[in-house]
Amino acid sequence: MNINRMYCAAAALACVGATSAHADELTLCWAAWDPANALVELSKEFEAQSGHKMRFEFVPWPNFADRMLNELNSGGQLCDLMIGDSQWIGGSAENGHYVKLNDFFDKEGISMDDFIPATVTGYSEWPKNTPNYWALPAFGDVVGWTYRKDWFERPDLQAEFQTKHGRALDVPKTLEELKDIAQFFQGRDIDGTTVYGAAIYTERGSEGITMGVTNALYNFGFEYENPDKPYDLEGFVNSEGAVAGLEFYKALYDCCTPPGSSNWYMGEDIDAYKSGQVALQMNFAFIWPGVEADPKVGGGKSGYFPNPAGPGGHFAQLGGQGISVVSYSSKQDAALAYIKWFAQPEIQARWTAMGGASALRSVVEDPGFASSHPYAQAFLDSMAIVKDFWAEPSYAELLLAMQARVHNYVIAGSGTAKEALDGLVKDWVEIFEDEGKL
Amino acid sequence: MAQSPITRAAQATPEPLARRIRGLSDRAIAWIFIAPSIFLLLAVNIFPLIWTIRLSFTDYRVNRPNRDIEWVGLQNYRRILTDSDIWQTMQATAHFLIWTIVLQVLIGFALAWLINSKFRSSNFWTTIIVLPMMLSPAVVGNFWTFLYQPQIGLFNHAIAFVTGADPASFSMIGDVALAPWAIVIADTWMWTPFVMLICLAGLRSIPESIYEAAECDRASKWRQFWTLTVPMVLPFLMLAVLFRGIENFKMFDLVVQLTGGGPGNTTELTSINLKREAFEKWRTGYASAYAVILFVTVFGLASIYVKALNRVKDR
Amino acid sequence: MSYSVSDPSRRTKWIAGIAVTLYAVITILPLLWIIATGFKSPADSIAYPPKIFFEPTLEGYVNLFTTRTRVNPEEMAALPEAQTWYEQIVRDQGQIIAGPSRYGERFLNSVIIGFGSTFLCMILGTAAAYAFSRFRVPLKEDLLFFILSTRMMPPIAVAIPIFLMFRNLGLNDTHLGMILLYTAVNLSLSVWLLKGFIDEIPIEYEEAALIDGYTRFQAFIKVVLPQAATGIASTAIFCLIFAWNEYAFAVLLTSGTAQTAPPFIPTIIGVGGKDWPAVAAGASIFLIPVMVFTILLRKHLLRGITFGAVRK
Repeated sequence: MNINRMYCAAAALACVGATSAHADELTLCWAAWDPANALVELSKEFEAQSGHKMRFEFVPWPNFADRMLNELNSGGQLCDLMIGDSQWIGGSAENGHYVKLNDFFDKEGISMDDFIPATVTGYSEWPKNTPNYWALPAFGDVVGWTYRKDWFERPDLQAEFQTKHGRALDVPKTLEELKDIAQFFQGRDIDGTTVYGAAIYTERGSEGITMGVTNALYNFGFEYENPDKPYDLEGFVNSEGAVAGLEFYKALYDCCTPPGSSNWYMGEDIDAYKSGQVALQMNFAFIWPGVEADPKVGGGKSGYFPNPAGPGGHFAQLGGQGISVVSYSSKQDAALAYIKWFAQPEIQARWTAMGGASALRSVVEDPGFASSHPYAQAFLDSMAIVKDFWAEPSYAELLLAMQARVHNYVIAGSGTAKEALDGLVKDWVEIFEDEGKL
Repeated sequence: MAQSPITRAAQATPEPLARRIRGLSDRAIAWIFIAPSIFLLLAVNIFPLIWTIRLSFTDYRVNRPNRDIEWVGLQNYRRILTDSDIWQTMQATAHFLIWTIVLQVLIGFALAWLINSKFRSSNFWTTIIVLPMMLSPAVVGNFWTFLYQPQIGLFNHAIAFVTGADPASFSMIGDVALAPWAIVIADTWMWTPFVMLICLAGLRSIPESIYEAAECDRASKWRQFWTLTVPMVLPFLMLAVLFRGIENFKMFDLVVQLTGGGPGNTTELTSINLKREAFEKWRTGYASAYAVILFVTVFGLASIYVKALNRVKDR
Repeated sequence: MSYSVSDPSRRTKWIAGIAVTLYAVITILPLLWIIATGFKSPADSIAYPPKIFFEPTLEGYVNLFTTRTRVNPEEMAALPEAQTWYEQIVRDQGQIIAGPSRYGERFLNSVIIGFGSTFLCMILGTAAAYAFSRFRVPLKEDLLFFILSTRMMPPIAVAIPIFLMFRNLGLNDTHLGMILLYTAVNLSLSVWLLKGFIDEIPIEYEEAALIDGYTRFQAFIKVVLPQAATGIASTAIFCLIFAWNEYAFAVLLTSGTAQTAPPFIPTIIGVGGKDWPAVAAGASIFLIPVMVFTILLRKHLLRGITFGAVRK
């Protein structure tokens, strides 16, 4: 069809380009956030060593997926290197946006066994659990919890909590305990201001509430599909456990979050926590260095713990990204050189030290790592229990369906948890049918 | 009038001279003047529109470049028109559209009328009032999320200060009942000045002699207002409503920044929904059909409206 | 004694003055809040409960124009003394400057695209409006409605074809592409408004000029344009405001080179969360050019719009 021809012509035109060997200007695309700035600093070393120039294109989180997928889908040449979200792997692999890295890894002696297994599965593999690599794990991230250690340690609160719940006010072992703590703080007067329980993910627009609610769903028994039969959803997505998990998340939202926290994601949760509104905060681990350095809540006033277990298991939502070479780039050799440089253990160690988060085992399994920062142990524990959202080529549709269903139930309060998840099964089945996978 | 001065001048002069006077013919000039605009609009608006219409009959998806495109006939249209979620977004849009226009017209007209009394320093205050509409809607939406924060924002604390309620007792964006009003308030704050300016233009265009005549007829001020001021300003007001209506039907940036369509789907306006279909789900064919439906809706409503507007103007 | 019947009484003026002032004060509050936030420290900007009085700092402005990296205290201590005041401000946050931010570039892009498209739109719009006003154009009413109808399309609806088309033409993410796009979007408003203004200019002026030996074109330039200046100025304000602040197209069609400021500002990220003071600073600075432009042309805005607008 004409449209497609025209479209392909554009892509082909873009694809023709000499692959030059020396002194290229490479563009690396990523989200605009803290770790990206650290990467700019780190990359100066690469520039000095290789002679290549690095340019950076950082897109803010809310637009990151739209903007970058638009770029990839149209065969754009903006990015040579892409640190894309973990869920893009399926689509990018199947549609040929990323260069397959197996041969390159073999040639350069980079072994995926050297990386945390969950990150390899999460960031690099497609199809999942097969040795087909499309990215090098670049930034390990996972949802965890931050809490006001200084408040937890107050003797009066300790005593009150002890009498009320018959246990010490401490890091929760289960989600129910977490809710007890959040409820305990909700509406409490601390130093003259009213504080609230927990800041949790509730954002509607992109992926926020999904990244939050899964932490409850997984641990109550939610599963994406029948482990024995791919894309068999009924009874797994909407199992009894899943319904209980969704109800738990709504209960947590209703009882123990600050008023107006109906559209919150990473940034809003941080704001609420730093301004002293909440005792607990759900957020990705990448914020922990920032919390620790904060004049108000940092320097020992905060503690960190992995997502607590539930009746149906113990998991945490995976975040983070791998770094890939864009197949439309005309500077693939230089881009691969960057990955080669980046994969070196010394650079990975520096990366973590500068505010990145290496997924290299030699870095995180280093005996000194766990005690290197107050949050390091929580990071390790969390990384051991990660689970990710769909990474299918149709992940965006799957995600949007979940956003709408969950937000409608948890925030807008319409229908029941069962109805929401039944609806989700219906949406997802429809998407997989459209895809020809069912 | 038989002859225009140009033709008269042309006829009176010998041929080469006439050419010099007339330069290009009127017809040529008319086309030279209009053609670039029409051409640009054809290239940037109409061509993509036709493309969109074509796509709307296919199952094309931008994110599946390797897949064959199939003609699916009217299937996309059928799916959209039978989808109850889309009707819900239409309702949200209607609520937003109607209330923003009502509030902006009432407040805008009232302000224009007051300012037209030319009290001292009215120019200064007019300039102040106009400021919000110069901001970027995306930035406004973004900042209003901040202002609407019950704990750290200005809005709840200001309301609390006036009414004595607890600022944490209500949440503009989080509450299903309040969220549709949250977007109406932000948009009204931003765009009332636009309506005000056009009304002011209308008021100032009324010749004083008309009021003098009315005064002679001993018409009361109240009567003058309804029989003179309102009808004279009406065409202006209608133009303002037309532009605001078209703009708010397409409203995207302010609301997407403010609520993201939430809570649930409460403020999911059609254009936000459309953006999700087109640029998040990448259902290009489906989104194209959706776009065509929206366009036809606005086009239809606007053409009826413009007819009415022309009738009012001709009166 | 000059007496005008429509001139309101003293008391009416008083009441009107108070009412308008009250509205203006309320309406300006959110804007003042934004401007004030630009001078707060990140901690003050999200203070709970909100702070009305605070110690002003330029941190937001410094953060707006720089990218920064956090360094640990030992490394910080090893660094040489800060050279500049802004370096010092960044150091006080436990960071060092890694380089300039993209804000300057984005702002410049906005200037080029905003003013460029306004200029082009005025040229095309005035010419078309003149032709519609003065000549017998076949299907005039239909063409006019056609022009208006181009504004009814939601930007998202045509964004995909435009995206593909621009890519084919090499206009994607270019200044020229955005200028043409915004010009096209603004043409409807400008043709409609300008036609109103030009209709008001008595045709006799041009006829006199033609008799004096001017060509039609010369008459247009030398007679009509000066007369229409007021209308052009006020129309230009509206076009500029739109092009300056447009978001949907900008976010979808621009990235590296031609991105304007609106998609950039709401998303300035600081340490961890959103850097509200920097966002506010970015928004405040971004308001200045269009505000200055409007204030300069304010007389025209009010007087100009009085001129034509809708009357036939």
